[in-house]
Amino acid sequence: MRTERTSRRRILKGVFAAAGAVAFERSGVAQSVAAPRTIEMIARRFVYEPNEIALKAGERVVIAIRSLDFVHGMNIPDLGMRLDLVPGRVTRLELQPKAAGTIDFVCDNFCGDGHEEMHGRFVVTA
Amino acid sequence: MQRRDFLALAALGGGAVFASGLAGCASRADGMTAAGSTGDFYFVQLSDTHWGYQGPANPDAAVTLRKAVATVNALPTPPEFIVFTGDLTHTTDDPVERRRRLAEFKSIVADLKVKTVRFMPGEHDASLDRGAAYQEQFGETFYAFDHKGVHFIAIDNVSDPGAKIGEEQLAWLRGDLAKLDKQTPIVVLAHRPLFDLAPKWDWATRDGAQALDLLMPYANVTVFYGHIHQEHHQMTGHIAHHSAKSLIFALPAPGSQPNRTPLPWDSGVPYKGLGFREIEAEDTGRALKVTEFPVVRA
Repeated sequence: MRTERTSRRRILKGVFAAAGAVAFERSGVAQSVAAPRTIEMIARRFVYEPNEIALKAGERVVIAIRSLDFVHGMNIPDLGMRLDLVPGRVTRLELQPKAAGTIDFVCDNFCGDGHEEMHGRFVVTA
Repeated sequence: MQRRDFLALAALGGGAVFASGLAGCASRADGMTAAGSTGDFYFVQLSDTHWGYQGPANPDAAVTLRKAVATVNALPTPPEFIVFTGDLTHTTDDPVERRRRLAEFKSIVADLKVKTVRFMPGEHDASLDRGAAYQEQFGETFYAFDHKGVHFIAIDNVSDPGAKIGEEQLAWLRGDLAKLDKQTPIVVLAHRPLFDLAPKWDWATRDGAQALDLLMPYANVTVFYGHIHQEHHQMTGHIAHHSAKSLIFALPAPGSQPNRTPLPWDSGVPYKGLGFREIEAEDTGRALKVTEFPVVRA
């Protein structure tokens, strides 16, 4: 299983290349020639809103996440990354998918009765 | 002859052999004792009782635990001790209700005839208050003890809501292991899997690899855990990991469907997928046999 996962992660890292730094606390997104599209996301018990995010292959995006009520987690196992979403902060995740695919993410900080349903995914089209 | 699933495991010299059959069942049915003069013994693992759960996945939740207690009490040979590997209660945001559920659970399992019972928290018991309510009623969340030559280590990978063991506990584990001979049989008890079973379903321990690294130099290590509400058996190197069934509802096989939603209750086969297990230690703990039991025996 570990071998399969490692292999899949290697493939998906090719699909989801990070443009510059990957995750940022508060502000501090790297300056770049073309500003990436920003997608706002809310995390609250026990949902991400939106929980399905459509992306275009090759497009740089920043997911700007605000947690309303808890230090939710955002674990993206296929990319080998995770974030803590601290209330009062905007946590930014910069991505540049290169090919079509689906990447799941899940809250990995136990947040209560409903934690198991707190997940979402990026859906990348060509 | 009543049907029961049987699984025998042998972890000898760092290897592991899985076998299916009824040999172990026949031996027990014949009245042979597991805890004889040779030093062999057996203990019972119960897990994920989720006392306080109310929902369609188990319409019989109010009595399932009591029935399991009765089944354990009816075992022909009493185990030498019993372990509960976490999620004793179902989570609640209300600290008063959390304590009430823990107290009710404790009251119910007090009916177990075997009085040596070891408890551990699950994330439902401990993650929302970092184990405060649990510790009030059950004491330390991680500890070690010895039984007939086997060293048992209970690891807490749930009191941190991020599923971390943490530096303090890892340092304690390092110190505890340092006292042992490398051939000492070690049984690790945990709630979550210590390896990355299914991170997409949060079935992992964030720093579990550090604990496994500490355990790797030891030749005879077996981990029994809960959390995933089903049997699952996997090796990481020479370390065997065996998850237990739940006593509230079953969950799907890791990654077998998009979400980890409970398997639906089957009114035609109540308690399907639920149960507990015996773990028989032979050869001073170097060989372990596991026998699975349903909630209610026919």
